[in-house]
Amino acid sequence: MNFETMNSTVWIMILGMTLVTYIPRMLPLVVLDAEKIPPFLARMLRNLPYAALGALIFPGILGIHDQLWYGLAGGVVAIGIAFTGAPLIVVVLSSVAVLSALALLL
Amino acid sequence: MKLRAQEKLSGQTQLPGFLQGVQAGLTIAIGYMPIALAFGLLAKNTGISLLHTVGMSLLVFAGASQFMALGLLALGTGTVEIIFSTFIVNIRHMLMSMSINEKAVPESKLRKLVYAFGITDEVFAVASTREGAVGSHYLYGLSLMAYSSWVINSGIGYAAGSALPASFQQGMSIALYAMFIGLLIPSVKKYRKALFLALAAGLLNSLLVLFLPVGWAIIGATIGAVLLMELLQTFGNTCEKSEQEEEK
Repeated sequence: MNFETMNSTVWIMILGMTLVTYIPRMLPLVVLDAEKIPPFLARMLRNLPYAALGALIFPGILGIHDQLWYGLAGGVVAIGIAFTGAPLIVVVLSSVAVLSALALLL
Repeated sequence: MKLRAQEKLSGQTQLPGFLQGVQAGLTIAIGYMPIALAFGLLAKNTGISLLHTVGMSLLVFAGASQFMALGLLALGTGTVEIIFSTFIVNIRHMLMSMSINEKAVPESKLRKLVYAFGITDEVFAVASTREGAVGSHYLYGLSLMAYSSWVINSGIGYAAGSALPASFQQGMSIALYAMFIGLLIPSVKKYRKALFLALAAGLLNSLLVLFLPVGWAIIGATIGAVLLMELLQTFGNTCEKSEQEEEK
């Protein structure tokens, strides 16, 4: 493939990715009328964030390093600090600091 | 209703909502830094230009699928397959947008069209765990912080990513997970059902990723946990009390 074709192929790919990412994010907001959603479904949608967080955290957190314990250690540190009621930014920065130090030991 | 009224009140001046979003978005901006730097660096190694790299972050704004696109490009995968894989990975945001739609104050379609662009996992996580309803100005501020960090750090990663100390790069990989945990714990302390939902979804996801693409596994685990909760609540149970507490 010459440079020109490669260049435009990548742009076409990017534009396609843009559309298939934006449309699912946009459709429910524009099409669904929140007032008309039946109560049981509304209740399920309000429960959804906690479930989504669980699925976003686990098991992905174990995959940040070849050693499973590394991600696990990060999770324990984050849970511990979050339980003290520390602000979100403190939870994030201290977890990063602890894991950077651990990475030095590896 | 009381919360909606408060939101309306702050919406009159329009600045506070936006600034609250910016403030909340700072954590996401920091969390995105290492991921975006790594993305920029990997993009350079894949052989696409700086313009492509920043352009992709600017237009697509979806971390996992951008990494996947680079991986597939390196393997010589066709454009259509890459676009389709992106769709598969990102369709989970449809679920998140449905949930945001339930939590957002009713506003014009135009505003929704704008903030829809910024609904990443992290923007969703911060907005949906916030107390009360969310408005467009809050979401603009929140996603603008996330977006700027994502785009700028993609460029920096391309230009200078290899200069970062390896231990710091490794340590930064916990940032987004620490943020998700930091968002979940306060809810877990307040509502027992949040703990149940998160644990159920995490366990289900561990099973589903064994035979589904990551995006679908997350969708399946999330819906599965919510349905399980719904079943438990329907068949009269212990979680009813915490549900009532939340309704207040």
